[in-house]
Amino acid sequence: MATIRNMSAIKDILENKILVLDGAMGTMLQQYRFTEKDFRGNRFKDWPVSLQGNNDLLTLTQPEAIAAIHRKYFEAGADIVETNTFSSTSVGMSDYQMEEFVYEINLEAARIAKNEAAKFTVQEPEKPRFVAGSIGPTNKTASMSPDVNDPGFRAITFEELSLAYKEQVEGLLDGGVDILLIETVFDTLNAKAALFAIEEVKEQRKLDVPIMISGTITDASGRTLSGQTAEAFMVSVSHIPLLSIGFNCALGADQLTPYLEVLSAKSEFAVSAHPNAGLPNAFGNYDQTPEQMAGEIQTYLEKQLVNIVGGCCGTTPAHIKAIAELVKNFKPRSIPHFLVNPLGTL
Amino acid sequence: MHASDKNRGERHLKLSGLEPLVVTPESNFINVGERTNVAGSLRFLRLIKDEKYEEALEIARHQVEGGAQIIDVNMDDGMIDGKQAMVKFLSLLVAEPDIARVPIMIDSSKWEILEAGLQAVQGKCVVNSISLKEGEEEFIHQAKKIRRYGAAVIVMAFDETGQADNYKRRIEIAQRSYDLLINKVGFPPEDIIFDLNIFPVATGMEEHRRNALDFIEATAWVRKNLPYCSVSGGVSNVSFSFRGNNAVREAMHSVFLYHAIKAGMNIGIVNPAMLEVYDEIPDDLLEYVEDVILNRRDDATERLLDFAQTVESSRKDKKEDLAWRSDPLQERITRALVKGIDKYIVEDIEEARQSVSRPLEVIEVHLMTGMNVVGDLFGSGKMFLPQVVKSARVMKKAVAHLTPFIEAAKEKNTSHVGKILMATVKGDVHDIGKNIVSVVLSCNNYHIVDLGVMVPPEKIIAAAREHQVDIIGLSGLITPSLDEMVFLAKEMERQEFRVPLLIGGATTSKAHTAVKIDPEYSASVVHVNDASRAVTVVGDLLNRESADAYKKEIKLDYESFREKFLERRRQKEFLTIKEARKNRLQIDWSATPIPMPKSPGLHLLKNFDLKNLVDYIDWTPFFRSWDLHGKFPKILEDKVVGDQARELFQDARKMLTEIIDEGKLQAKAVFGIFPANSVGDDIVVALSRREFTFRTLRQQSKKKSGIPNLALADFIAPKGSGKKDYLGCFCVTTGFGTAALAEAYENNMDDYSAIMIKALSDRLAEAFAEYLHKLVRTEFWGYDAKEQFSNEELIGEKYRGIRPAPGYPACPDHLEKLTLWEVLEVEKNIGVTLTENLAMWPAASVSGYYFAHPQARYFGLGKIQTDQLKDYADRKGIDLEEARKWLGPTLNDNM
Repeated sequence: MATIRNMSAIKDILENKILVLDGAMGTMLQQYRFTEKDFRGNRFKDWPVSLQGNNDLLTLTQPEAIAAIHRKYFEAGADIVETNTFSSTSVGMSDYQMEEFVYEINLEAARIAKNEAAKFTVQEPEKPRFVAGSIGPTNKTASMSPDVNDPGFRAITFEELSLAYKEQVEGLLDGGVDILLIETVFDTLNAKAALFAIEEVKEQRKLDVPIMISGTITDASGRTLSGQTAEAFMVSVSHIPLLSIGFNCALGADQLTPYLEVLSAKSEFAVSAHPNAGLPNAFGNYDQTPEQMAGEIQTYLEKQLVNIVGGCCGTTPAHIKAIAELVKNFKPRSIPHFLVNPLGTL
Repeated sequence: MHASDKNRGERHLKLSGLEPLVVTPESNFINVGERTNVAGSLRFLRLIKDEKYEEALEIARHQVEGGAQIIDVNMDDGMIDGKQAMVKFLSLLVAEPDIARVPIMIDSSKWEILEAGLQAVQGKCVVNSISLKEGEEEFIHQAKKIRRYGAAVIVMAFDETGQADNYKRRIEIAQRSYDLLINKVGFPPEDIIFDLNIFPVATGMEEHRRNALDFIEATAWVRKNLPYCSVSGGVSNVSFSFRGNNAVREAMHSVFLYHAIKAGMNIGIVNPAMLEVYDEIPDDLLEYVEDVILNRRDDATERLLDFAQTVESSRKDKKEDLAWRSDPLQERITRALVKGIDKYIVEDIEEARQSVSRPLEVIEVHLMTGMNVVGDLFGSGKMFLPQVVKSARVMKKAVAHLTPFIEAAKEKNTSHVGKILMATVKGDVHDIGKNIVSVVLSCNNYHIVDLGVMVPPEKIIAAAREHQVDIIGLSGLITPSLDEMVFLAKEMERQEFRVPLLIGGATTSKAHTAVKIDPEYSASVVHVNDASRAVTVVGDLLNRESADAYKKEIKLDYESFREKFLERRRQKEFLTIKEARKNRLQIDWSATPIPMPKSPGLHLLKNFDLKNLVDYIDWTPFFRSWDLHGKFPKILEDKVVGDQARELFQDARKMLTEIIDEGKLQAKAVFGIFPANSVGDDIVVALSRREFTFRTLRQQSKKKSGIPNLALADFIAPKGSGKKDYLGCFCVTTGFGTAALAEAYENNMDDYSAIMIKALSDRLAEAFAEYLHKLVRTEFWGYDAKEQFSNEELIGEKYRGIRPAPGYPACPDHLEKLTLWEVLEVEKNIGVTLTENLAMWPAASVSGYYFAHPQARYFGLGKIQTDQLKDYADRKGIDLEEARKWLGPTLNDNM
């Protein structure tokens, strides 16, 4: 029931202000320079494969660090933080032979984030803080072949994906997330499998939960990796009543603008954006300063393109702070879906 | 508030393939391609039965090219496994960007096939169809699932009692279905499409007379009473009784559509080849057909039947546009690559092959020209990835055709010249660049082991071992791939691989390769970003004679690139000079005997015969000085600059002969080998008349553990070691005479020769330095008396010992030249002077040191800190400002 209350709460807030999403988790974790030993912690010290790089596992082995990062983003002014669960599906965890911990990782990640959110909400009730369960694309694609010589081949099926997502979603919901965020969608069929799984869970548990979805436009072609245009992507995932639709990752704020304009003009849902801190340099690092990024995001706000804005790769609490300061001065985009009852016009 | 966004959120049927399809009142009529239907096309059925999927795809492509805005796919046939065929065909179809751009209509009477189809397509599809035939429960269940998969749905006018065959039944079933969908399922009305059953007319049966009219009237009712819904139908049914008479059928389709569309039918399954333009139907035929369709006369059917016998069946063949087939050959090949059309590529490639002398030229010229266009379009966002993948496949097909000819053209005894493993790293699916490189390399006789995409490091390593490859090529397009490459390099180092690593792909760069990958792997790492360069690099890496020199050159190149790059990076960490000295190179002096020079002391060479130097000339920099880039002698055969290079080379040889024969330039050298020991970072040289001290500088950038902070002094035994060591010094010149000659040419308005003489003098001076170094190694010092190296190997510095020059990366301080000049009494002995900026005059001169220790190697000093600057000024006995003046560029000012 809590989630239903949150649904209307978030929607009410969204009508009146732009919500700020947090920034990168990975960038923050890098600063800790965790070693293999840190990743393993005591619990997994004898795990048979290397665990370094399994950032989502840190929820279990370095929970303090995860909580601290959430805290920093809330302090910076974020309204919503994402759980540390981007790769926490059995598909993603199979690299580390850790499929059996998927539910637990999601559960704990949600709890940690919720706990931090609650502290901030108590202190500042006029600015309630929310937690979005991060659902990544996995490392397999359901509608593309990894083998150029066999275009009909698929490394994973829709059913396998939706089962994996279901497990993740159950963990996230049990841990108390307010929102589910399907992000970095580079193959829309993967996202559809996630939506399918969420709808199943919703039906079984007889609950509603706001869903955010965020695609990734890979390059100047203006397409997702699986070849869809921004509008085709929007059409392909709008069958579920979403809280928001948007884009994140791959591009900087500036480069994302034309695609957000498409969503803003055509979507009936709220529009979100969490771009990278510019384009990566030759080393895959991001150089854009908080001021530069906020400067680019200002265009979104002046054009009233977005309702939710945050950061992806390379962004830090300083970026989020700059964005949070900025959005206070602007009105959100008006959201058609909230103005009209879906069946009210009949 | 958002007046400009008036369409936002409006209720239109929206579908998508790779591109959106929004059905608005302005869209008029959406045409669904029907030929990929086993029930409707015998040819398609046969192809699917025979599993000829590629040809089956051509039918789909044909439909889209012919204007179909949605493609209907149906696999319902007793003889095929419909579910398997649906998934297979759709999986292939979505990989064809020019087909998959349109939405797909998944057509089956079996729910399991529909569901399997829905699970295979990312876009918003149309399900064709569901109905109340099996009752409400099943209907609701299926509709819910369809909603969850995110598709629109066609609802057949069918219920538990059967198909609706009149107006009343049609609207009853439509209303009931609509209510269930809206109220019980929450289906958005705009995603509902009614198929109100198009049945044949003019069958001779009384009850069929109103078939078309009922449909049209029911359509109008649905559009009026069931808001936002669409109406669709299979048009060809209406003319079923006139099979065999296409002229009449085409007219009937047009007339039917004309009226049905007016009534609100907005989607239809139509064969565009079976459609006449309404306005072009002859008046009499039009009248008879309209009488039938609209049931205007009791004898309408008879009249049309009679008339039909008089109408000649004029079959229209609307074919694909083949005008481009008459374009010039290159344009055809480029088009085939850009459009990903492989239908004609073999015949075009064959034509190209017959027009060239070597089959390989077809790849190098025709295909690469086309692929460059593809690359440009991709780079500028005008093509997108799936299309490029298609291009790559056409490329592959073209190459496959050429391969046997290339094989045949090869000399019989050549086997594969090397084995190369290619892989796109873990987490990355991009492989176009990798494939092109693979193709080009395999055309150059390399055996390619292609591991495909998303290859985990352990698999790459295992395959490299298993196949005993000579080179590993890694590709990646997205940034995380960069880390994967670094990781793999580390793993290869750990496992003591020596196989060279090629790095390529859009996000890779020389900078990243030099800074992040190269230091992790002690064997060669080369960044290669285009296929033609890959051939050269691989050739150089695997060349038996020159590979070692090349590898050394690459290593050094990357090292200096890295040093320079890192210098620019502000966040670099530095050691204090004290710490840097602690991390000096520790040579075990007891392990290596220090060779006594055979002829110690000072030596002079005057009137040295230039003829001796010709074989020692490194021509590559000569061409570079003329802005012709490429390695000698390959540059002479280069496609682009080869002609120019050959001409230049000829002129150079001619002038060289003149210089030598007429003694136009004089070569002189002074050199010596003196007892020396290091004291800290200084090298103290003991001549008989007095001692001289060279001050060397030490690297201060923080190194990884195990990597020393070098100074040249480290290569000389310290005084405290008790070992007697030696340092060589030299200055050579071939520049006396150059300036006068150049001036003479200039006065003669012959700038070409003026530049030529300077360039040649410089080359001769370098050749002299190389020659003299060899002489010192083999005779005067004589520690390598047996060495026998070719010029390439000399250029590649394969020998033991180095000859760094003041002003160059290891010792950028020009000031030491002053000491060098004193030690060798250069000016007195050979007349070479130093300008106030410490440049040598004549310019075609080279001076430096000889270090003989096997561990002596070239390095870049990089940036130093002020503490070392101060220390250096103190050692040198000059004030800080003067030291700063000479070492300014080396100083790290940010600290």
